Amino acid sequence: MALEAKNLSFRYARNLPWVLENRSLRVEEGERLGLFAPSGYGKTTLAMVLSGYLQPTRGEVLLDGKPLPMTGVCPVQLIYQHPEKAINPRWRLRKVLEESGQLDEAVLGAFGIEPAWLDRFPRELSGGELQRFCVARALMSGCRYLICDEISTMLDVITQAQIWNVVLSEAEKRNMAVIAVTHNRHLAQRICTRTVDLSE
Amino acid sequence: MRRMNRRTRVLMLTLVMALLLAAVYLAGLLVPEEAVASHFMEARQAPSLTHLFGTDTLGRDLFWRTIKGLSVSLTVGIAASGISAVVAVLVGIAAAVGSKRVDGVINWVIDLVMGVPHTILVLLISFALGRGLTGLLVGIACTHWCSLARLIRGEVMQLRSQQYVAVSRRLGKSSGWILIHHLLPHLVPQFFVGLILLFPHAILHEASISFLGYGLPPEQPAIGIILAESMNYLSAGMWWPAVFPGLTLVAIVLLIDRLGDNLRKILDPYSAQE
Repeated sequence: MALEAKNLSFRYARNLPWVLENRSLRVEEGERLGLFAPSGYGKTTLAMVLSGYLQPTRGEVLLDGKPLPMTGVCPVQLIYQHPEKAINPRWRLRKVLEESGQLDEAVLGAFGIEPAWLDRFPRELSGGELQRFCVARALMSGCRYLICDEISTMLDVITQAQIWNVVLSEAEKRNMAVIAVTHNRHLAQRICTRTVDLSE
Repeated sequence: MRRMNRRTRVLMLTLVMALLLAAVYLAGLLVPEEAVASHFMEARQAPSLTHLFGTDTLGRDLFWRTIKGLSVSLTVGIAASGISAVVAVLVGIAAAVGSKRVDGVINWVIDLVMGVPHTILVLLISFALGRGLTGLLVGIACTHWCSLARLIRGEVMQLRSQQYVAVSRRLGKSSGWILIHHLLPHLVPQFFVGLILLFPHAILHEASISFLGYGLPPEQPAIGIILAESMNYLSAGMWWPAVFPGLTLVAIVLLIDRLGDNLRKILDPYSAQE
């Protein structure tokens, strides 16, 4: 039971340089992996390939030995760096959450999402508040692998700690794997059981 | 007035315009035949209090005839721009969502239709379909969807590349679900504003094609027909059959144009917050 990347290579177009070259990675279920690299080393690209948003140019992504499912709810969910782009600006937040299934009161409570926020539009909430919705949405889809692409970079330290606490405790509870993509080596060491440095 | 903000003022103005248009339309439908019948004793009268726009050579009251003509124009405008706008949305979405080949074919057709002058195309289609109301309607509807379709295609392409659409796909939503819940709501303002801005085009084309004699039949009270008849007597000093119906047509077209502009101000998120 693992998410595996085998000899991944990726480039955005034929005439552009390789972003990922021959990269292999294995994440066991329940493991917490930190992906660490400076800017421009393809962290986000790797996250998007692993979660099926992008198709690898060469190599493959395997989930439990099979290719990632292209239809249905993907067991590998990605959370983006900018929550305001990942939420339809015309939807009330209740609808945003319901897109991934039934509202889960326990998750909402854990993230400190107040019931009144559910009837607001994304414009009316701050970035940190929106990011909680994005994480809650991913968790409520019942995913088994959660890829966090610098989800706390734009948050203040208190909110960072709050979000990571919930993510880690939920991961523990569900035996869910977390892949944390970050610039912050200390954060990676603090929350992850293993770290990989892409620049090496 | 001071206490109202700009949005409320625009809203009120739009409402008044819409009411005015509805009044003209209804008046045209409800005017009895008697009001536009011929009275040869009263032929060729200049504008007066009894005949606001004067009478024509057959002694028909030009004011009521103009109102009836405008009503016909509005009917043509509503139907033609409605069909055009729906076609535009369907074609625009098909081009943006479909394969590269579909997109290529649709763009080619848009270029083709836009490349031929509208008036000639409407004239040909209307003539081929035996003139009359249907010929005009089909002709105008067939030629006016292009620019809106292009706009919608661009909009859909931009929406489709949004992150929340990609997220929705990974949450297991089908393309149809995404189209209905994510894409279409964003197109509503474009659709309505496009619809209303097509309106004056449709009306002007109806009038010009009728004026040229390839549209509505001569017995129908239409602005184009009235203007065409008035040309014969203009050199004889009868200026009123040309001036008043022409001016009301311009007024109505400007009114609808302003209405569309105001509606855009209300619906467009950039100006809606003012």
